Parts: sequence; C-alpha cells; structure tokens
Amino acid sequence: MKWRKLISVALKSIARNKMRSLLTMLGIIIGVGSVITLVALGEGSQKDIEGDVASLGTNLLMVRPGSTNSAGVRGGAGTRASLTMDDIHRLEKSATLLRSVSAEIRENSQVIAGNNNWNTTVTGVAPEYLAIRNYQIASGSFFSDRECKTRAKVAVLGQTVADELFPDQDPVGARLRIRNVPFTVIGVLAEKGQSSMGNDQDDIILAPDSTVLFRLSNGKTIHDISASAISAEQMDAAKAELTTLLRSEHGLAPGAEDDFVIRDQTEIIAMATRVTGTLTLLLSSIAGVSLLVGGIGIMNIMLVSVTERTREIGIRLAIGARPLDILAQFLIEAAILSLLGGLIGILSGLGAAWGVGSLLGVSAIVNPAVVLSTVLFTGAVGVFFGFYPARKAANLNPIDALRYE
Amino acid sequence: MSAEQISLSHVSKVFSLGEAKVKALDRVSLSICRGEFVAIMGSSGSGKSTLMNILGCLDTPTSGSYSLEGIPVEGLNRRQLADLRNTKIGFVFQGFNLLARTTALENVELPLLYDRHRTTANPRQSSIAALERVGLGNRLDHEPNQLSGGQQQRVAIARALVTRPALIFADEPTGNLDSRTTLEVLALFQELNREGLTLVMVTHEAEVARYASRLVELRDGRLLRDEAIRNQRNAAADLAADEAGGIL
Repeated sequence: MKWRKLISVALKSIARNKMRSLLTMLGIIIGVGSVITLVALGEGSQKDIEGDVASLGTNLLMVRPGSTNSAGVRGGAGTRASLTMDDIHRLEKSATLLRSVSAEIRENSQVIAGNNNWNTTVTGVAPEYLAIRNYQIASGSFFSDRECKTRAKVAVLGQTVADELFPDQDPVGARLRIRNVPFTVIGVLAEKGQSSMGNDQDDIILAPDSTVLFRLSNGKTIHDISASAISAEQMDAAKAELTTLLRSEHGLAPGAEDDFVIRDQTEIIAMATRVTGTLTLLLSSIAGVSLLVGGIGIMNIMLVSVTERTREIGIRLAIGARPLDILAQFLIEAAILSLLGGLIGILSGLGAAWGVGSLLGVSAIVNPAVVLSTVLFTGAVGVFFGFYPARKAANLNPIDALRYE
Repeated sequence: MSAEQISLSHVSKVFSLGEAKVKALDRVSLSICRGEFVAIMGSSGSGKSTLMNILGCLDTPTSGSYSLEGIPVEGLNRRQLADLRNTKIGFVFQGFNLLARTTALENVELPLLYDRHRTTANPRQSSIAALERVGLGNRLDHEPNQLSGGQQQRVAIARALVTRPALIFADEPTGNLDSRTTLEVLALFQELNREGLTLVMVTHEAEVARYASRLVELRDGRLLRDEAIRNQRNAAADLAADEAGGIL
C-alpha cells in the first residue's frame, strides 16, 4: 500500500474518534508543551544572566581592599584602606595581561542642580572605565586624560540622575554642585538598566579620578580597582599577575595574607549557569516522565483500537493485505497521533513560554534544534509505543478476525 | 486450456482443543475445473467452513496437498498466502464484510491497493467498472449503512471481481438476504459463471445449491457426495417468474 494511502487511512481513523484522539494526545501535548516551555525559559534566563554579567564589563577583574585586622578583631571585606593611586600607576606601568585599569573612588553625596537635588554616588574613574565597564555615551562626551591630570570639574551623568536633576532639559553643558563644588555636565551615559543583583546601574555620576580624590575625598585611598584582562582565556593569568604586582607594591612578605580581594565574573556566570542548568534538567525530566505517560496512553488506545477493528483487520487480511501492511497501518496511526500531539504541544509550549516569559520578565529563547529533536522524539515515542499493538494486529489470524464479533 | 484450477488430494485438518484432537477434514480429495459453479453443502460441523478456509488460502492443511492454479499452497508463509489471496481469489462473505464508513468505491478499490505488482493500471477506473458490472454504477459514494443488504452484497461481489481473480469463493453469500435478493445475487453469480468465472459457494440451503452446476456434500469431515446437478435452476428466470407472480 502506498504511503499516501496509509497516511490518509490513519488520518481518517484519527478523525473518526476526535474526542478520544484528543484525550490520547493530551499526555504528549502536556509533555512536549512543558519541555518546550521549560527549555525556552531556561535558555532565556541563562542568556539574561550572561547579558547582565557581560554588562558589568568584559573580562572584568575587580580588586577590593582586604579586611582590617586589629589585635585579632577582623573587619569585613573592604574595611582596610589598602588601595591607593600608587597601585594604579604600578599596574599601568608593569602589567602585561591587563588591557586597561581604572581606579574607583566613591563618594556618596547630595547633588544639586537648580531647584532639584538628588542623593547619589559620585565615582571618580579613569577614561578607560567606560570601556572596562561597558558603558556607552548617549549624548555629549566623556572626559579624557587631560581632565584627569588637571582635576577638571566635569561630570558625566547616569540616565537616572539625569532624569532626576534635569527632568525637562538637556543636561549637557548644565552646571551642578556636588558638596558645594561646581561641576559642568559634559555627557550622559546610555541606559544600562538593573544589574542581576537588582541595583540601578544608571544611578551614578562619573567624574575624573583625581577630581573626586582630591576635591571630594581624602586625597589618598581609593575604594576599588577595575581592570580588564586582554582576553577571556587570560583571565586566570591576569589575576595572578595582578596579585603579584599588588603584593610587591604593598610590600607584603611571602606567606603574608593578601590585603586585597580579586573577584571576577566567571564565578558569577558559573554559579548562575549551574543553577539554571540544574533547574532545567530537573523540570525536563518531569516533562520526560509525562512524555512516557503520554506514550503509554497511546499504546493503551491503540490496543483498544486494534480490538475494536479486529473485523476490519480480518477483511483487509482476507482480501490480500500482508501482515506488514497491517503493521504499517497501525504504526503510522500511532506515529501520527503522537506527532500531532507533539505539534500541538510545541505550539502551546511556545505560547506558554512567551506568556510566562513576559509575565516574569524573562526572555524566552526558542532553539530550533530543541523543537526539531522534540518532533523526532515524539515520532519515536509513537512508533515505540505503537509497535506492540500494531504487531498484535498484524499477527491476527484472518479466520478468527473475520469471525470476531 | 488446462482446466483444473483446484486440486486437493487427501487433505486433512486437525484442530487440537487442549488434549482432544478434532479432525475437521478427513482425507478430502477434490478437483475443480475452470468454469464450474460448485456448491459445497453440509450441516454445521461437517467441515465445510474448514474446507472453504483451506481452499481460500486463509488456512493451511495439516496434511495432504493443495495446489491452486498449479501453485502448491502448503508450505507458503503468511505473506505469500496474502499475495495469493490478493491476486488469485475473490471472497464474498455471509456478513458482506465491507469496511464501515467507507464508500462503495473505496471498498472495491481496497484489494487493488494491496496489490504489489500493480497488475491493474488504473485502480479507480477498474473499481468503477466493477461496480457498474454489478449494477451499482450510481451508488459509488454511498457508504455501507446507506445501502440495502442486497446492494451491500453486490459491492462485496464487485470487490471480489475487481482483481480479475481466477475464482471466487462465496461463504453463505445469501444467508443474510431475503428470497428476492437471494435470487438477484444468484442471478449475478450465474451470469458471471456463464462468462467463464469459476465459483465455489458454501451453503446449507439445498434450495440455493440447486442454482449451482455441481454439488459437493460433506459430512463429519468426509466427502459424502460429489455429483453434477441435473436440471440446474436459472435464477434470472425464477426472478422474472417471481415478479410476474407478484403482479398477479
């Protein structure tokens, strides 16, 4: 019998019992639907996290001061004032695996512009900071080395600060006062949104490092060092070099504890990937179980169908159908039932992924490879679970089948 | 013309029901030639159905040999038997055995779809021709439940004819029909027989058997009688007489 004919016979038989076919497919629909939803959301949220981490900066290494230790009482991380501009100069001069280095001197202060005021963090940085942290300039310009050398009173605003201080006005060229020091706004940063930790990355003011250090801060200590390694592969080597240089700059004896802490985002990515990976795996195995249950449902209905159609099978055998023809007929019916369920499952899964994604603010990424392999898998489920009933049909004795009431 | 189409020699069929062995057929020898119209008679349990199943290649004998058109049937596997049924034999059953919710045309076309050798060039055309042959050219798209018993049996006959078989086996073809449609079906059989088709019909009604040209009677699995029927009745004539009687 021709394939086309076999498929049309199968479709006819499925259409004949619409409700039963639908209920049979339900297991597959739920299984496939949840696989598609979960994988799409899992991949989406992983991409989101990677994007968040990347927005912190490419190949970013962050150095923070170590903890204080006075007579055995230890402070928390960052309590020690161990980092200075000398460290920056040393790194700029000697480091080979770092593309760029910037100090971060943070001062929390009230900022006033005309009638508006806003409390935010003013961060003194080098011009390279823009590249290290992946910030973009939306309007105006960023400061250069010259402004850093001359301690120029210029500022670049984050989007949030710009909105709060200059609600209906272009901030570029405007003046503002930080702790009574007048600054000129020379640029506005492009919006970056929330970080994966939930803080607003646009609620900042950037100014030249020396300006903040000497005009707003104590002129000595810096809070952080941000550096970018020359490549992702060199992250570990760059970290080691950074450690060596800082230890020698700080004059630490061999064996003494570091008075600083270096962090990079690979740990953050690895953790996030692990968490989402585990979740996806867990939920996918639940989905796999429901596919299995769906397959058993198909087998059950196919067995019922074979019994119901014993007479039909007898007629077909009597007029010359080979056992293989009968096997093919029932296998194709099971496969179509399963594939149809898979198709509906994929569509509803895509809908659910999109719906849940927009509800939770997670992006849903549909991987065509996942969709394709799901289709193949449901087809295989149909053939696998359809085989036993189909073989039972093919092995019927035509005489008994014809007499079956 | 090699006349012998069916040759059974010393065919036995034994069924085992647990411990007990039932001999349904006991050394039956039979030869049927082209163009014969054979009625097989016997009471229930006489083995006529078993004989029919073996002749129809639905079952194989326990011992003895059977050749159909010179092809030895014993020792063929299920697939080969299916092909033989498909190309050489047409079946007409008591219960019509048409596929439900399937049009007359599709029912008739079915055997051609299982023909691997594509001996029929245009299945659709041949099926329409077969239905026209049995007088149902205007019922192509009717489903079995929209047809009367006689019409259903004629669809079944068309299905048996469509593969141009060597012979047709009819198992109690008139068992579910009233006397008038019985005559109609028998008239059709006689017409086909006159055109050269071999017919083997199982029946338990002596009335029906009288329309055949040869009578084979079985009892307890043995051949009891095998003789030509003198004064074979003509179904068409009886039908006409019946109609005339109805008018009077």
